[in-house]
Amino acid sequence: MGKLSKVIASSIALLSTAVFSEYGLNMTEGVTSISHDIYDLHMMVFWVCVVIAAIVFGAMFYSVFAHRKSKGAVAAQFHESTKAEILWTLVPVVILVGMAIPASKTLIDLEDTSKAEMTVKVTGHQWKWQYDYPKEGISFISNLAKTSKDSVASDIDNLSNENYKTGATSVDNYLLEVDKRLVLPVDTSIRFLITSNDVIHNWWVLDFGVKQDANPGFINDAWAKVDKIGTYRGQCAELCGKDHGFMPIVVDVVSKADYAKWVEKEQASAAAAIASATQVWSKADLMSKGKKVYESNCAGCHKMDGSGMPPIFPAIKDSAIANGIASEHMAIVLHGKAGMPTFKMLGDADLASVITYERNAFGNTGSVVQPSDVKSAR
Amino acid sequence: MTTATASHDTHHGPEKGLMRWVKTTNHKDIGTLYLWFAFSMLLIGGALAMGIRMELLQPGLQLMEPQFFNQLTTMHGLIMVFGAIMPAFVGLGNWLIPMMVGAPDMALPRMNNWSFWILPFAGGLLLSTFFMEGGAPAFGWTFYAPLSTTFAPDSTDFFIFAVHLLGFSSIMGAINIIATVLNMRAPAMKLMDMPLFVWTWLITSFLLIGAMPVLAGAVTMMLTDRNFGTAFFDATGGGDPVMFQHIFWFFGHPEVYIMILPAFGVVSHIIPTFSRKPLFGYSSMVYATASIAFLSYIVWAHHMFLTGMPVAGELYFMYATMLIAVPTGVKVFNWISTMWRGSMTFETPMLWAISFVFLFTIGGFSGLMLGIAPADIQYHDTYFVVAHFHYVLVTGALWSIIAATFYWLPKWTGKMYNESLAKIHFWWAVISVNVLFFPQHFLGLAGMPRRIPDYSLQFADFNFISSIGGFAFGASFILFTYIVFDCIRNGKPAAARPWEGAKGLEWTLAPKAQYHSFNTPPSRELIESESQHS
Repeated sequence: MGKLSKVIASSIALLSTAVFSEYGLNMTEGVTSISHDIYDLHMMVFWVCVVIAAIVFGAMFYSVFAHRKSKGAVAAQFHESTKAEILWTLVPVVILVGMAIPASKTLIDLEDTSKAEMTVKVTGHQWKWQYDYPKEGISFISNLAKTSKDSVASDIDNLSNENYKTGATSVDNYLLEVDKRLVLPVDTSIRFLITSNDVIHNWWVLDFGVKQDANPGFINDAWAKVDKIGTYRGQCAELCGKDHGFMPIVVDVVSKADYAKWVEKEQASAAAAIASATQVWSKADLMSKGKKVYESNCAGCHKMDGSGMPPIFPAIKDSAIANGIASEHMAIVLHGKAGMPTFKMLGDADLASVITYERNAFGNTGSVVQPSDVKSAR
Repeated sequence: MTTATASHDTHHGPEKGLMRWVKTTNHKDIGTLYLWFAFSMLLIGGALAMGIRMELLQPGLQLMEPQFFNQLTTMHGLIMVFGAIMPAFVGLGNWLIPMMVGAPDMALPRMNNWSFWILPFAGGLLLSTFFMEGGAPAFGWTFYAPLSTTFAPDSTDFFIFAVHLLGFSSIMGAINIIATVLNMRAPAMKLMDMPLFVWTWLITSFLLIGAMPVLAGAVTMMLTDRNFGTAFFDATGGGDPVMFQHIFWFFGHPEVYIMILPAFGVVSHIIPTFSRKPLFGYSSMVYATASIAFLSYIVWAHHMFLTGMPVAGELYFMYATMLIAVPTGVKVFNWISTMWRGSMTFETPMLWAISFVFLFTIGGFSGLMLGIAPADIQYHDTYFVVAHFHYVLVTGALWSIIAATFYWLPKWTGKMYNESLAKIHFWWAVISVNVLFFPQHFLGLAGMPRRIPDYSLQFADFNFISSIGGFAFGASFILFTYIVFDCIRNGKPAAARPWEGAKGLEWTLAPKAQYHSFNTPPSRELIESESQHS
């Protein structure tokens, strides 16, 4: 009960201090033609409902107040009117047809991705997003930012250090920030190809009016043409397991010139990563890089200290695999096993360093794995 | 035959002690068992919901791991749908249908016993998963593959067997009701003389028989995918995870109407009674119920607008879905026309019925909005959907069950409940339920996804309000429990017809309905004079 009363007390404190940014009452109009159309449809249907509600509930409450026994009302005995039944069947049909026409137009438009000028492939993983620019040769993973991760008091024992009080509110864009953002050019028609690597996810950016299931083994598409430079945030919108609530989407929409610069920079660093993967790394370098990769990709299930959450997520600390033959360890990381997804989308250097880290951190005593080993194990 | 039954009946009443309830084949006993089972599941499901609202009271994770949160949302949904709402309606059907059609009992009494006694075991199996290694199912009550197959905890197999058992029970219950209505109805009662609760349950039974085997098929495919190497829902083996959703929702959408059609029936009894006026548009009510049932089978993919369906499919499912608004609207218009120029009083059942019409219609409006496929892109899987289906299932289905409890409690117990306490309970519940669910519309429109254990700060205010409403609504059931017990133990004796305007064969029975309802079928004159609609 102590914890509970703390939670309630701090909630009241939170409410009384104006720590919250804006809170929304209505859908956003968004920044694409589709999101504008959806907003207009939403408002139209909403107002039609309000008018119908006013008439229907108005009649009901008038009757409730006027036709009561305590006011001496005597019950009429009418109980049938074919005319009335036909009337209140046909009038709604006409209203519905009026709604269906603009809705159909918007639907056909938003499903037509043929006008796209560029393509981004979005792949859902438990619990992060991967973005590929097939033509530009850019590929990266986007995780929940460390600032948010650290302030989630995910361990109930952590409540004693009062993380929960300051945690969530001290971070900018709590749960809606990532370590690497998707970057897109403004005023460009972009096709998103959306798929998944494990379970069904859903890629949703409210301001774009884009929300599409990411199905494993199938590719869905959607499109957006953003008309305003800015940063837009979204979340996974299909229950995808434990950390479904912790795989946000952040998109920077930039000018076309800035976008071109960003592409150049990404291509250069991709080339550097490929070059570094051909070298032999020192164990210290592998360990320090591996720690970072581990924290953003593995710690969600296997925990920062490698203790895991048995029996669903096994411990890495003292595990037979991490202390055993390197090739078996690599096979699991590359191809997955049962609930463990594949991590083959990470680069050779990243995989080599994280596997080395898992084999030598937490008191484990496994061998060192080099990028070239990973490359040949693929 | 009739005289033989009558003389047989006078010899014995119910058996004494516990074995009465284990061995009973009496529709009233079984109805009572169903209702108590449903009520205890409602309290368990409600306790899980309290856990959910507790965690969502403020941002940050305070009380539980995300995986446990997912177990709570999953089990809350499953228990409320399969453990609380559906058995409660079967319980009402058991109690009321034989009385309403002038029959002595249900047509298949031994099967009736069996279909009830499966339930506690199915429910126990489902609840036991909480104590298993790896925890309870955590993939949502819709259990989409592959999260529920390849990536699910071991307890999923127990969940599958529990669903199979619940399905057996529902199908048997439905067969029994169809057989009772068609074979045991008083010979002088034509189909179009039947009260609406009987009509809505008859139609619901056909929905159950059509839909539950499809669910059984879906979970069986899950079972073989999980354990026997098939790949129905696994793309790497040539299957399709979206096919799971088609099969699930082919069950799931009729299921929604399984939970609301009997509610329409209940309300169609209560409103005429307290308006002292015949039900308006009886035959159009019957046809509207049948149309809704038919439409419910051909709209399933409106739950799947974002799965990547072809645009022609989306257009079809959008149009078909919008059509449902028409017969549903007819029902609402008929209820209001029944009240119109009546002579209304506002005893507790009427308060629940009027608030049903109001709040269910709000759920209907948000349902219409969700049916607009492009707009659904923004609403889908957000709290807007959560608000929508709680308005139709809590202030719809559950509201009608509570209304029915107060309305027929005098007939079940022969005693009157405490009217002033019941009115306090009504206002407490109706205010708190709106504090609980109305802000969730705003959360959804502002972009809060459903099924998340933690949220960003712009959602904090409304979540706090919603949680407070949730705790108050949860507490209202303590008072409800007290009122029911108080009625059973201390209630004043009720008249055989405790409501001035009530019509129906059940009110011609003793104040506490006798153990066997009608040993001789009621006459045509009695049926006509007790008809609600002429």
